Amino acid sequence: MGEFLFNIDHGYLEALTRGLKGGLLAQSDYANLVQCETLEDLKLHIQSTDYGNFLANEPGAITVQVIDEKLKEKLVTEFTHLRNNALEPLATFLDYITYSYMIDNIILLITGTLHQRPINELINKCHPLGSFEQMEAIHIASTPAELYNAVLVDTPLANYFVDCINEQDLDEMNVEVIRNTLYKAYIEDFYKFCAGLGGKTAEVMCDILAFEADRRSIIITINSFDTELSKDDRQKLYPHCGKLYPDGLNSLSRADDYDQVKQVCEYYSDYKPLFEGSGNGPGEKTLEDKFFEHEVKLNVHSYLHQFHFGVFYAFIKLKEQEMRNIIWIAECISQRHRTKIDNYIPIL
Amino acid sequence: MSGGGGKDRIAVFPSRMAQTLMKTRLKGAQKGHSLLKKKADALNLRFRDILKKIVENKVLMGEVMKEAAFSLAEAKFTAGDFSHTVIQNVSQAQYRVRMKKENVVGVLLPVFDAYQDGPDAYDLTGLGKGGANIARLKKNYNKAIELLVELATLQTCFITLDEAIKVTNRRVNAIEHVIIPRIENTLTYIVTELDEMEREEFFRMKKIQANKKKLKEQEAAQRALEGPPEGENGGAHSENQPPRNLLAQEEDNLPVLFN
Repeated sequence: MGEFLFNIDHGYLEALTRGLKGGLLAQSDYANLVQCETLEDLKLHIQSTDYGNFLANEPGAITVQVIDEKLKEKLVTEFTHLRNNALEPLATFLDYITYSYMIDNIILLITGTLHQRPINELINKCHPLGSFEQMEAIHIASTPAELYNAVLVDTPLANYFVDCINEQDLDEMNVEVIRNTLYKAYIEDFYKFCAGLGGKTAEVMCDILAFEADRRSIIITINSFDTELSKDDRQKLYPHCGKLYPDGLNSLSRADDYDQVKQVCEYYSDYKPLFEGSGNGPGEKTLEDKFFEHEVKLNVHSYLHQFHFGVFYAFIKLKEQEMRNIIWIAECISQRHRTKIDNYIPIL
Repeated sequence: MSGGGGKDRIAVFPSRMAQTLMKTRLKGAQKGHSLLKKKADALNLRFRDILKKIVENKVLMGEVMKEAAFSLAEAKFTAGDFSHTVIQNVSQAQYRVRMKKENVVGVLLPVFDAYQDGPDAYDLTGLGKGGANIARLKKNYNKAIELLVELATLQTCFITLDEAIKVTNRRVNAIEHVIIPRIENTLTYIVTELDEMEREEFFRMKKIQANKKKLKEQEAAQRALEGPPEGENGGAHSENQPPRNLLAQEEDNLPVLFN
């Protein structure tokens, strides 16, 4: 049913997004970028793509930093345009996308406050996609308790905070644990929201989010080896909306080393091939790279369906990956480290 | 002060005592010179050694830093921009430097010793994503910092040694070219002066003797002129003769003083 009425509200934006997606760099573009000798060459090549002359107004020499900022700026402009023209429930959906950036920003601000840094400096370092109104007000809070009571409860993330973190935790818990707890709550909430939307959106988005959840669980497990994070605490960070839930997560929480994680994932046809082709040796792709590739694949597949919100999410994620790729290539060029320049994640 | 015709020397009275004093001073200066020379050689040896190490270290540093910088790019590729969170999280240095002193022939060289203070506070960074790359990044930068500290030790040693070598060389040269020649000059001055004085004295003695001889001859001639030496009418003569000088008879002809 939803499909009939989809275009009334969201047709324009979907078309727009699909158009923007067409502007993503293709394999041939990457092939050109990889050939570049200097960042100036890179700029020249990027000009011939959809990015146009986004670096044209940059005075002085081009650095990776500048490219990074400009790319981010462009993404934010595009996203804000989408967000401004969005109607419900797409508007909420787009807001959900920004929450993940918001979590990062909040974490940054919390750490800053806890260590008594001037918040004003930090605001500039926050990701623009994750900015929210209350962020400006965060500097009124001088203690973690005030921060929690006065600021955090008003943010869109308040629900996530209330459920899993109380005032004392803010002071004592490791920020990374807080971040991952929030992320878990966020993914589960987003998953629920998408499932509630139903239709194709639910179908596509739940797939992507389930993968995201599982990826986090696996990566957290692997990264927590040899750290102070206990197995119980670790288990609390697993998002419960992936395909690994509940059996896989249980086994994961008991895993002690990489091989055990691998064994757990053997039972899941989606993740088995990812583990098989990965390794840490030279020339091999790391597990995280494999995950990135899989994520890109899922995102690209979302464009095969029509009349759903997944395209918006996929667009942002793909764009992000593309930004990372460009930065990677730029870094490789500026550091003259060409041997690994091909390690970017191809999108199209 | 200096009467020595422009030659640099210490203002002393040319006497035997001054001569012995100068001789011991010369000996001391020569001893000091050889000792300082040895010190300078030892310092130089060390200096060369450090120089070689610095060159080696710098070459290595280039590679390690390059690798570290690249692993930062790698970590950023997977984990996003995590640097701000890490920066905000820092409350105290985890890597500290302790300074020790090493004694090389009397020169105190600072030696920096890096050590890890407390457990790794950020081992959960990148928990959600990019942990492997961040771990590698940490390892690479740790290596870089170790090298940096080592390089700092070498560089400070280099500067301190350079200074010490310069001072020592200056001293060696000063002793060799100023102090020793001056003492030697003084010594020769004293010797010549003493010789001169001896000659003068000798000449004076001769002159005195000659004068005495002349005086005696004159006396004898006068006596012979006045009359026969036989004293027949001594009473009459004794009246005319001047009273005998007691001192003149007692005069000592031998130069006892400057023997």
